[in-house]
Amino acid sequence: MTVHNLYLFDRNGVCLYYSEWHRKKQAGIPKEEEYKLMYGMLFSIRSFVSKMSPLDMKDGFLAFQTSRYKLHYYETPTGIKVVMNTDLGVGPIRDVLHHIYSALYVELVVKNPLCPLGQTVQSELFRSRLDSYVRSLPFFSARAG
Amino acid sequence: MAIFSVYVVNKAGGLIYQLDSYAPRAEAEKTFSYPLDLLLKLHDERVLVAFGQRYSIRVGHAVLAINGMDVNGRYTADGKEVLEYLGNPANYPVSIRFGRPRLTSNEKLMLASMFHSLFAIGSQLSPEQGSSGIEMLETDTFKLHCYQTLTEMPIRCELFDQNLKLALEVAEKAGTFGPGS
Repeated sequence: MTVHNLYLFDRNGVCLYYSEWHRKKQAGIPKEEEYKLMYGMLFSIRSFVSKMSPLDMKDGFLAFQTSRYKLHYYETPTGIKVVMNTDLGVGPIRDVLHHIYSALYVELVVKNPLCPLGQTVQSELFRSRLDSYVRSLPFFSARAG
Repeated sequence: MAIFSVYVVNKAGGLIYQLDSYAPRAEAEKTFSYPLDLLLKLHDERVLVAFGQRYSIRVGHAVLAINGMDVNGRYTADGKEVLEYLGNPANYPVSIRFGRPRLTSNEKLMLASMFHSLFAIGSQLSPEQGSSGIEMLETDTFKLHCYQTLTEMPIRCELFDQNLKLALEVAEKAGTFGPGS
């Protein structure tokens, strides 16, 4: 069980943060394009889901999985999107993504007057705290497998 | 377990079959007096609630029926414009049924192609080798399962290729397809 990578987007589609832990295959396109493709895909999935849904939705799109990985999604009312790719053995981790938003992003970036919002997060404190948090998760194993 | 609907999409992304099996659409019918507390707007040939969510009528719900008669998009059953009809105090009190808009055939076609692309992008953005497209998508109200058959490319089947080559060789030896036949 492992975590592959993590993306953080704001409401305008700007990729605020990206990091990877175990990634065997790159997308084959430059990173900037990959962020845009990921954001566009999520935007389309949300629109697709809201039209398809038979009942009124509260949380909306939660996750999808393919034969090799699972993408988990969490969006705040302010439009901040936390996206985490894990392997298939991982169950619902909405609370983990919420923790990344509230205890890490809000505390260390939004509340920091020296961190400009709306652009890539440069904060070393945020990077290291996020890294140790992800590595401490029960479904993260140091050896990808 | 309830199956809501089934869609079959071909390899080009076109919808070739669709079935709605069970639709638990939440609907609310209420009698209103003038003026209407809800703000309605026209969107995609439907009259939707834009503001003024109350009772079980939510933003995004569409006007489904007026006085018991189903509306036809933005027009009432007898051809009048819904917004115009509801703007006229003489037509009140009026009973309006609201609910989640049902998908038109055109919208289903568009959603099928949309999913076809999303399926492919899910495979491209994979952090692991050899990933398929989206096999399962989960929301808080429904799950979508997708199965992709092997018949993706036009007849890419080894046995077919081998047997075909054998058949051609046999035919050539027998001279059936020689010049002048």
